[in-house]
Amino acid sequence: MAKALMIDYEYCTGCHTCEVACRKSLGLDSGQFGIHILKDGPRQIEGTKKWELNYLPVPTSLCDLCAERSEKGMDASCAHHCPTHCLVVGNVEDLAIEVGKKANRALFVPLA
Amino acid sequence: MAEKDYFAEHRGQFQWEDGDYTVTRTTVWSGPGCHDGCGVLYYTKDGKLEKVEGDPDCAYNQGTLCMRCLEMPEVVNNPRRPSKPLKRAGERGEDKWDEITWDEAYDIIEAKVREIWRDYAPESIACMIGTGRANCWQIPYMCYSAFGSPNFCLGFLSGESCFQPRSAAMASMSGDFFIADCSQQFESRYDEENTEWRCPELIINWGCNAVESNSDNFYGGWIVDCMQRGSKMITVDPSLTWLASRSEIWLRLRPGTDGALAMAMLNVMIKEDIYDHDFVEKWCYGFDELAERVKEWTPARAAEICWVDEADIVAAARMYAGAKNAAMQWGLPIDQAVMGIPTAQALNALWALTGNIDNPGGNIVIRNAFDQNVSYNYGYNNLPAEVQAKRIGAEYPLMSKAGFSSTAHSDSILQAIETGKPYPIRMLWLTSTNPIANMASDAPRVYRALKTLDFVVVNDLFLTPTAVAFADLFLPAAMSPERDMQRVWWVPLRGMKKVCQYGECKSDDTIVTEIGKRLHPENFPWNNDQEWTDNILRTETPGYDGGYHELVERDIWVYPGFQYYKHEKGLLRADGQPGFSTPSGRIELWNTVFSLWGYDPLPDWAEPSNSPYSSPELYEKYPFVLTTGARHIEFFHSEHRQPELTSRELYPDPCFEMSPKSAADLDIKEGDWCWLENHRGRCRQKLRINPTLDDRVVRADHGWWFPEKDAAEPSLYGVFDSNINNLLPQCENGVTGYGAPYKNQLCKVYKCTEENSKEMPSICVSTKDGYSKAMDESNGDVKVGAIYNG
Repeated sequence: MAKALMIDYEYCTGCHTCEVACRKSLGLDSGQFGIHILKDGPRQIEGTKKWELNYLPVPTSLCDLCAERSEKGMDASCAHHCPTHCLVVGNVEDLAIEVGKKANRALFVPLA
Repeated sequence: MAEKDYFAEHRGQFQWEDGDYTVTRTTVWSGPGCHDGCGVLYYTKDGKLEKVEGDPDCAYNQGTLCMRCLEMPEVVNNPRRPSKPLKRAGERGEDKWDEITWDEAYDIIEAKVREIWRDYAPESIACMIGTGRANCWQIPYMCYSAFGSPNFCLGFLSGESCFQPRSAAMASMSGDFFIADCSQQFESRYDEENTEWRCPELIINWGCNAVESNSDNFYGGWIVDCMQRGSKMITVDPSLTWLASRSEIWLRLRPGTDGALAMAMLNVMIKEDIYDHDFVEKWCYGFDELAERVKEWTPARAAEICWVDEADIVAAARMYAGAKNAAMQWGLPIDQAVMGIPTAQALNALWALTGNIDNPGGNIVIRNAFDQNVSYNYGYNNLPAEVQAKRIGAEYPLMSKAGFSSTAHSDSILQAIETGKPYPIRMLWLTSTNPIANMASDAPRVYRALKTLDFVVVNDLFLTPTAVAFADLFLPAAMSPERDMQRVWWVPLRGMKKVCQYGECKSDDTIVTEIGKRLHPENFPWNNDQEWTDNILRTETPGYDGGYHELVERDIWVYPGFQYYKHEKGLLRADGQPGFSTPSGRIELWNTVFSLWGYDPLPDWAEPSNSPYSSPELYEKYPFVLTTGARHIEFFHSEHRQPELTSRELYPDPCFEMSPKSAADLDIKEGDWCWLENHRGRCRQKLRINPTLDDRVVRADHGWWFPEKDAAEPSLYGVFDSNINNLLPQCENGVTGYGAPYKNQLCKVYKCTEENSKEMPSICVSTKDGYSKAMDESNGDVKVGAIYNG
């Protein structure tokens, strides 16, 4: 069964932990990413006092959903280390249901 | 079939083998690092640290980590690390060194100390460290118990303005320390079934971008954990932090006006009669006086001062008063103002007026685990009373005599170096502090002063600008995974296991013990780090039942029991009576001790000395309010600048921020190198447009130096080039000695050109004596802005 990465981007603070945890886990060189954080904002929403500011970690083609760690019974390094617990790796079918239970979630399927 | 679970398989183990790796479960404490002590699994191979994994069984960080712990092997194994003691071979600043043995280094130190004892006195030696380090007790102990000097403090941190003002305000007003309750005192986190903890209905993040700074033993992720469980947010910050973007109310105040905002919130609570009458009547002292004082602090007045909407101030006060439980997590801007102490009093009063005192999900009274109080005053009692009385800054009783994490007064030590009064300071010991890159608010002034000393020892992780500029002797320091020790800051009590060794680096504990045995062996009965740790655990940690091995191998971290509402249960006062540990037994909104010392007993606020309103003529020339010191997740102050590090890859250059409109008005663009300048000096940083800032505010980075640049003077790793502390004053403190205006200055901004960049600040300072150098004959202080060599 394919695995997926679910992000709760309401709570991603853009702290780089997932990027660095992934790089260390995969042994990537500097400049390379297995997951990379994109940023939208800050931008004031017109006519309000509210600001749009979102970070979204996106898995890259180097993401193997931590196959080696998974083999050993360890969770994915990005999910394990995220200080706000906003990443979850699981079976795509389970997460496809989970993702709809709360707003501001995104589901990535890096490997079909 | 159950799925494999690696962490469950190793639960309860302190060490195991994993292929070629040895895995060790332990905790971390800076340096390198931060103010937290997270649980980690170190993966070592052939005695080298290869990987760091967050320990999911440690309740403190629950398996998570910041990027700085994840990249720790890059720092620990960094080729720039000196591996042997170095003795200066050329002049100070030439970066010429001879490698020597530790015994040779100790011989030199012992001879110099005895020389100072003979020619001056023990108190002519001062010892300093950086903030929040693991060595917060070893270096004080050495200062008092080996050198015999009372003069320990942080590395020229003006007004000791890093948590110490807040500590002193809390302790004098309420008899204890308070922290925001995110369930961190329980090993069972966020557990409303098995603990009395309740999620705060509201968290106020006041001047603290907790998710980036992780300051004061508070892990920022805890706030987000609470948000996920329902906590609403109010954020007080000049810039839109991520937490501000998730807040119900964001109060975008003018830097340096926190006190005015707090006074107005008190005003609203009292005027609208929405404060907690029951708590105030039972547990507070001086309410009427406070009510009288805040009467004039209307939200309209504060709105004008703070540059925030009056309606937002009122709404924030109502929301705070209306929440059934609310926690405030506060930060450094409180300390880094001349009015820091009165501002902290005002914020304490807000907790008290809303009844958020030692209640579940409020601000709880916290003490160090197992009543271990081994910190800045460890070993102070080894000094005779007449030597204690000579502590520099002893004229500030709140700082020097009251025992609230008290130290010598850094600014006065600087003046003693400059003037020889009240007596000369001739030797300086600096451990993991890099003042001219970071803490010294007037870096050029401290640079000039330190050049005049007889003997300077720098003990650090790397050769820093401070080491190259002043050190006669450099001692390479062990890093976190290279030390056997214990650390407590609130909870839990944590053990640290040494798992690797770099060159001949030595831990703070080892260096202090080996020097202590030469000078005052009676104060150093232990023979190594494990024995010292054992001694502290068995003699200074009354509630703990073990020693080094039990802590480091059996427990790793230990949580003491915790009770709420301790004031009701008679658990705070020495006499066992209900109430708080203050003269009145209550929280002193009107501070009795302050009144005895001649300080204003009530909270208050006044304009910073350099501001649009207090110095309009300066404001005309320097039309931006300048704030500095905001944290970035990539760095801990001046650490993590080595170009090999992921930190530096992700944050390569020093940056300042201003609004799009202000940048457009000045015709400067994102990424442009610009000069930030005022009457004291200038530095250059790169522009980052920040659309959330008030057009009148500029935020600048601190702590920058460039390990890739020349070490030797005039470069000194380019330490003055981007140093915002070229623009800040030193020795401008509150009446208590606490507080300094790091975050409320003025500046102008203009683009760097070839023409205006011919003389870089490092050359100006280190070869031409540039920036704020003239002595004011009337008071011995350096005259602000006397020289600017543009």
